[in-house]
Amino acid sequence: MAEWGTLTGKMPSQNISPNNGGYLDFEQKVAELDDQVKELRGLGSTKGIDYSAEIRRLQRERVAELKRIYSNLTAWQTVQVARHPDRPLLSDYLNLMVKGFRELRGDRCFGDDRSIVTGLGRIGREKVMVIGQNKGKTTKEKVDCNFGCPNPEGYRKALAKMKFAEKFGIPIVTFVDTPGAYPGIGAEERGQAQAIAVNLMEMSRIRVPIVSICIGEGGSGGALGISVGDRLAMLQFAYYSVISPEGCAAILWRDGSQAADAAQALKLTSTDLLKLGLIDAVIPEPVGGAHRNVHDVVHSVERYTVKTLADLKRTKMENLLENRYKKWRSLGTSVTIGARGKPRPTKARIKAVAKVASTKARPTPAKV
Amino acid sequence: MRCPACEHMLYKRTVEKNLTVCPECTHHFRIGAATRISYLVDDGSFQQILEDLTASDPLGFKFRGTTYKQRIKDDEKKSGSKEAMQIGKAFIKGRGVVLGVMEPNFLMGSMGYVVGEKLCAAVDKAIEESLPLVVVSCSGGARMHEGVVSLGQMAKTSAALAKFDEARGLFISVLTDPTTGGVTASFAMLGDITIAEPGALIGFAGPRTIAETIKVELPEGFQTAEFMLEHGFVDMIVHRKDLRSEIARLIDYCQK
Repeated sequence: MAEWGTLTGKMPSQNISPNNGGYLDFEQKVAELDDQVKELRGLGSTKGIDYSAEIRRLQRERVAELKRIYSNLTAWQTVQVARHPDRPLLSDYLNLMVKGFRELRGDRCFGDDRSIVTGLGRIGREKVMVIGQNKGKTTKEKVDCNFGCPNPEGYRKALAKMKFAEKFGIPIVTFVDTPGAYPGIGAEERGQAQAIAVNLMEMSRIRVPIVSICIGEGGSGGALGISVGDRLAMLQFAYYSVISPEGCAAILWRDGSQAADAAQALKLTSTDLLKLGLIDAVIPEPVGGAHRNVHDVVHSVERYTVKTLADLKRTKMENLLENRYKKWRSLGTSVTIGARGKPRPTKARIKAVAKVASTKARPTPAKV
Repeated sequence: MRCPACEHMLYKRTVEKNLTVCPECTHHFRIGAATRISYLVDDGSFQQILEDLTASDPLGFKFRGTTYKQRIKDDEKKSGSKEAMQIGKAFIKGRGVVLGVMEPNFLMGSMGYVVGEKLCAAVDKAIEESLPLVVVSCSGGARMHEGVVSLGQMAKTSAALAKFDEARGLFISVLTDPTTGGVTASFAMLGDITIAEPGALIGFAGPRTIAETIKVELPEGFQTAEFMLEHGFVDMIVHRKDLRSEIARLIDYCQK
């Protein structure tokens, strides 16, 4: 049924031509407003006329427009935001939020997969093992990182470093951002499925707290392979799905271009998943998405991580493991079986969770 | 009927008598869960558990004209099974086991909430009664109609098997044609002993997906049971007629 991560047509540049300033299809009005502001600024400086009042009005209008657009994103538009070429990637989080990061490389078995980065650092005052999927910014980096699609050695490296963290009692923070595990010949030869399966099994019993945050794309098993832990949070406009919308459309409709409808059907947005009780928290993004204010979103993620780690560290190890097991063991029970008995999370609870994660982010960088 | 592998014309009855294996080329045909159970266990010893657990529609999945609910109804009729997995207690050559068998004719044997829940229940039963667990996988992967609920079943089943591992239980995973996607990437690959049927398609990504992504023709025999054996991911390839005795023998070796 589920063909894993059909990558065709999935490269992040789709829907955005390189010369339009990174505006998505549905942001035309914002682009126009930005153009007008630029024009007025140009006129102002050449002719010496003061247009500042007009510019302020346009900018207010721009913010209002962004708020309007981003409070009503469709599932498919959310997917496009999650794949935006300027969206902050693992490297941004490492630079701005993890102090003294020391990368630890290699799976001690086959190689070093650049699409999964692992290493030690500090978030807030807490020592952590960071495990994250990286997509790369420049073309060269993207190729090195295989566009964020890990091979089996990536998952084996992640597990090896997690065991290392377990040995020294260092909590684990994972950043999920992948279109999916790589579907290639070498990946199959080296046991992609087995590598992911072992991670799922071992992560369920690793004796340190594990916090996972989906910062962009949560592409099926490839994402799950580093997401099994005590808490799973998502950025507001990230998505998490069992299959890419294109892949789903290709299977059900034999036509990958119906992806928008498939995205809707798959219920892959953070809001939907929180409602279904499948994730623990949604971390709000700044107006217009994470790519419009990197510092802001990194700060929100840092706050969430620090707070969650502090909570988890207060729990006794045996209870932590028992809760983790229960969390995954009962997955889906409330939405499938207990749909009538147990109340589903209401809007009020979503708001409450969002509130915990929010708190007005400061525009200053999280790390100096 | 015609054998898809050697193209011999065969009598349906001869094939069925031969455990639905082509007598000419030993091509193993796909078989439903009920047939599989009848081939595998001692006559009449299968006692089903959680028989009435049926799929619900957590997402209200609707895509164009297709709804998940309709698909469930259609496949119930087609397969005569209410879900893509049956679990229960049984005897194999007199050895008590907890058995799970997947049903390929029900939404391609895909894993949704019910399959995950049944597998976990089988693990719990096996722990409770100190029995070996045998699971025959046959699946297209995670069931996309249940979205992240079905994706989560991968983690759920793996976590349950971690418990089973800690309880020192014996898990024999039998991979049949096809075992792909989220099922391979979770419980199917976590066996203490992994057995495959000859010629079975076993892999993570589907061959079509791989061919489309990397735009290269796939090598002969790619992702077959033999390929998996060669690359070290299965312990042995066993003919359908030997499966019963092989499982019984392995259980004997691992018995305390």
